[in-house]
Amino acid sequence: MSATAVHSLWTTAAEPIGKITAPKIEYAQLAPVLIVVGAAVLSVLVEALVPRRGRYHTQVFLTVVALAAGFAAVVGLAAGGYGSTKAQIAAMGAIAVDGPALFLQGTILLASIVAVFTFAERRLDPAHHGHRVDSFAAEAAAVPGSEQEKAAVKAGFTTTEVFPLVLFAVAGMLVFPAANDLLTLFIALEVFSLPLYVLCAVARRKRMMSQEAAVKYFLLGAFSSAFLLFGIALLYGYAGSVSYARIADVVDGNVTAMDPALAATMGNDALLLIGFAMVLMGLLFKVGAVPFHMWTPDVYQGAPTPVTGFMAAATKVAAFGAMLRLLYVVLPGLTWDWRPVMWAVAIVTMLGGAIVAITQTDIKRLLAYSSIAHAGFLLAGVIAATPDGVSSVLFYLGAYSFVTIGAFAVVTLVRDAGGEATHLSKWAGLGRRSPLVAAVFAVFLLAFAGIPLTSGFAGKFAVFKAAAEGGAGGLVVVGVLSSAVAAFFYIRVIVLMFFSEPKVDGPTVAVPSPLTMTTIGVGVAVTLVLGLAPQYFLDLAGQASVFVR
Amino acid sequence: MNPVNYLYLAALLFTIGAAGVLIRRNAIVVFMCVELMLNACNLAFVAFSRMHGNLDGQIIAFFTMVVAAAEVVVGLAIIVSLFRARHSASVDDASLMKL
Repeated sequence: MSATAVHSLWTTAAEPIGKITAPKIEYAQLAPVLIVVGAAVLSVLVEALVPRRGRYHTQVFLTVVALAAGFAAVVGLAAGGYGSTKAQIAAMGAIAVDGPALFLQGTILLASIVAVFTFAERRLDPAHHGHRVDSFAAEAAAVPGSEQEKAAVKAGFTTTEVFPLVLFAVAGMLVFPAANDLLTLFIALEVFSLPLYVLCAVARRKRMMSQEAAVKYFLLGAFSSAFLLFGIALLYGYAGSVSYARIADVVDGNVTAMDPALAATMGNDALLLIGFAMVLMGLLFKVGAVPFHMWTPDVYQGAPTPVTGFMAAATKVAAFGAMLRLLYVVLPGLTWDWRPVMWAVAIVTMLGGAIVAITQTDIKRLLAYSSIAHAGFLLAGVIAATPDGVSSVLFYLGAYSFVTIGAFAVVTLVRDAGGEATHLSKWAGLGRRSPLVAAVFAVFLLAFAGIPLTSGFAGKFAVFKAAAEGGAGGLVVVGVLSSAVAAFFYIRVIVLMFFSEPKVDGPTVAVPSPLTMTTIGVGVAVTLVLGLAPQYFLDLAGQASVFVR
Repeated sequence: MNPVNYLYLAALLFTIGAAGVLIRRNAIVVFMCVELMLNACNLAFVAFSRMHGNLDGQIIAFFTMVVAAAEVVVGLAIIVSLFRARHSASVDDASLMKL
């Protein structure tokens, strides 16, 4: 082989290596993520260094302060104009700081704060051996029912590791909708998924179910992320780069410097279409869209309820953010290719979620199928492919996440001897026994159903309006029909709570500490405020709906 | 050798891995199949990197390895805890939540 035929990659090493220029990192613009990651690392140190007695309080304090500081940083950036005029790409092209990213990061941080309150709740279960207990296993590594577990419970151990895990998950979720290249997208996905797998496995009650949920979530999650990664490999092969802007240029055919390798691969549409489909598959798995939804009911049911609430809300926000950016920034040139596929996915997701939910007898599974149906409604907004589509999805995500966390927080309150009483039959007559809790849950259910004067209605209206204006009228018809189906099972639960006789051996409603009360209160407040006066927030989402490229 | 052949190999390995995930019943084996899929991705990245003459793909391969290692840590912990509780790592036995 002659010297010239050797590829440049092999010859550069022989030449003296020039000065490597240090990358320019915009620390201020990345502050929300950096604060949360820093706190997560600190939180691991707390776990190692602080004595067991003080850990719980230190961790709760650190977590809440870090999330609040992150939110303050997001607000600061938005007030500084980074959401609109000064929107830019930071960290050498890896992370976008723009309206949608900041809006979703703010939503994720606020939702995580209220979710962490439910993680920290320690008054629902009676104290064991004089120690207050939360929803998490005394020692997650101990076999359920073993002597080791009993000893751990007796010693009053708690899994305070959930707080660093939540912080790492939130950090990944903050990066996910802001990721501006495919590598960052993949890493962010793994950074938020891996802690969630562990969190699913550490329930205090029904531990076998919790571990089973974790295994299912983990195996299917890893499977789907392998698909995402292979899709990234194919897109990299197509465009010769993983940067969103570069791929968009290659898709649109605006390439200035053309080399023979690129000319060969960019003519190959199979790479682009298959790669894109696989990446989309990974994202649809995370939002729980049919046909990638099979994990959702099992994982939602088996995971500790505070984790379910956090996961249902924050994961959905992050994953829809990433999907919007991928579809609107990277592939506007392919709109005509992805729209029909997404139409089909949205229709089966809306109908599938709503119809299967009717047959459910467990409240957590019911909420899981309801979340699948909501993923379908959100997809209708995504398909609009207009600025209104983006803003309506942003608004919907904000509204939906607080309703979800609030609803799962109520589920943690209704308990019997075996822990949470999640079977629907046990909820019969709850309205007679504790009218307040039942009324609050009814508000959340009405918001899920999209009844006027709740945030659910404002969100659904915005999404469907955007979809209709974006030329997806058929989708709106299906959406309204499946909303009607969904309303049936939400109302059925309300009827069950208020108009049937309470059972003698029915569950009791635990009186929570101010932590869970705050979560539920914030949920109700957001639901009503966004329902009664949505305009300010719709405007905010409207201003935040421009992606930087 | 034409780098395209490596892509065919990567696609083949990926398919074997995906088929393994769907067919095999032992959680550990399923997980190994997922790892095979990730390695197929690595091969594709490196082959594309060679074709395009830039280093991005090789860098990504390192990231993938780290992610795969992190996934092993989390995954094995979860699978082992399941195994210790049930004395079985079969994904069919884990069916408490079936309707």
